[in-house]
Amino acid sequence: MSETTTLLTMKGTSEGIILFLDDRCDFESLLLELKEKVTTDVSTNTTTVTVNCQNRFITKEDQENIKAIIQDNSHLKVKSVESNVLTKKEANEWLDSITVKTFVKTIRSGQVLKVDGDALIVGDVNPGATVNATGNIFVLGKLKGIVHAGFPENPDAVVVAAHMNPSQIRIADKISRAPDYEVEGSEREFAFINEENYQIELGEVHNLQKIRPNLVEITERGF
Amino acid sequence: MGESIVITSGKGGVGKTTTTANVGTALALQDKKVCLIDTDIGLRNLDVILGLENRIIFDIVDVLEERCKVSAALVKDKRFDCLHLLPAAQSSDKNEVSPEGIKKLVDELKPNYDYILIDCPAGIEQGYRNAVAGADRAIVVTTPEKSSVRDADRIIGLLEKEEIEAPHLIINRIRKHMMDSGDMLSVDDIVSTLSVELLGVIMDDEDVIKASHHGNPVAFQPDTKASIGYRNIARRILGESVPLMSFDEEQGFMSKMKKMLGMGK
Repeated sequence: MSETTTLLTMKGTSEGIILFLDDRCDFESLLLELKEKVTTDVSTNTTTVTVNCQNRFITKEDQENIKAIIQDNSHLKVKSVESNVLTKKEANEWLDSITVKTFVKTIRSGQVLKVDGDALIVGDVNPGATVNATGNIFVLGKLKGIVHAGFPENPDAVVVAAHMNPSQIRIADKISRAPDYEVEGSEREFAFINEENYQIELGEVHNLQKIRPNLVEITERGF
Repeated sequence: MGESIVITSGKGGVGKTTTTANVGTALALQDKKVCLIDTDIGLRNLDVILGLENRIIFDIVDVLEERCKVSAALVKDKRFDCLHLLPAAQSSDKNEVSPEGIKKLVDELKPNYDYILIDCPAGIEQGYRNAVAGADRAIVVTTPEKSSVRDADRIIGLLEKEEIEAPHLIINRIRKHMMDSGDMLSVDDIVSTLSVELLGVIMDDEDVIKASHHGNPVAFQPDTKASIGYRNIARRILGESVPLMSFDEEQGFMSKMKKMLGMGK
């Protein structure tokens, strides 16, 4: 017993219990050990654990497997199964989704710009043009066309523009349009969904930090 | 070797054909050899504005389908030897012509002329693609109206995908008092929205309509606002640096004096 227990290490952290699985042994013996260990756990408390596979690559199937072994044989609940290893494809997708895509050009009437992640447009978005991003949209020019941030369902996305005069702003599933009378537009504003009434609202850029404090991660995340 | 310039706008009725006729005339006035090609097949107008309708024997479709030589279809202008017109066909439609055909034709004409102006039909379909195929550069015509600026923006977006130089802009039919009162887009607004280089502005002028009616392009007339505008555009195409003409109405002696003395507006 003492020999095999080295494959499992449990640690209590501020974020709950983490179960570290050895990453050098073969997977079969690991699962065996895991099953044995959790079955002998006789406590009836439903505790939530996070499983950390360390530097072992695990597939979706393996993840489900680990989850099932723990939950079927004990009262423990699995919060998530994590690993330090990503496939190249996953890593690229992840990088893609967190990189701000930059476009140095005018987006013109009839053009549709579709972006995975955040879009930074150094130029104008003209009337009749559409920018559609899964993340946030930043326009360092005049925004006069249609923008859709957080497509299709991220209500935390924001639209920031140096000159805000869009014909429509869409965030996630909400649409807000310009009034029927002519407006001048305003400088340095951003649009967001207010959680309280779930409506798109405008704010001055210096308030963005207060309303979306996590937005700063864009420049820091991943690096 | 000449340069081919397509004159386009997206929207109809903004003055592409009038611009083609007048810029062509103004270039001919500068002793340049100019060929005007009307690619608005099925709806030809350029010959009417130039007053050359009666002289047409063959047209561009005859040339493309090899029923005649290019030289046989070219109509010489009645005022200039150096201005020629290749008329559109009236009985065919735009789908009978291919972009490759037009490109080949323009390449064939280039050695004989300084400038080849291609009059593009309205729209962004086959006719537009035909007209743009043979062009080295493009001139986009717009009026100070939202709808035509919107279409100009669309066409500039399409032109950016072609392998030609960045397009230049002509703003046609400017009415000074409406721009001043804010009932029309201003020149600055249009240029900033479209973010392309401004080649010239043409004032809205009844003389343009009169001249077209009589088949005599307005650019001939020595002193109308529109003709000066067209001639300035021709000079800019030739590489001269000509300042944008002032929109102000002619001022009388007294109002000039008052202005000098700081009494006028």
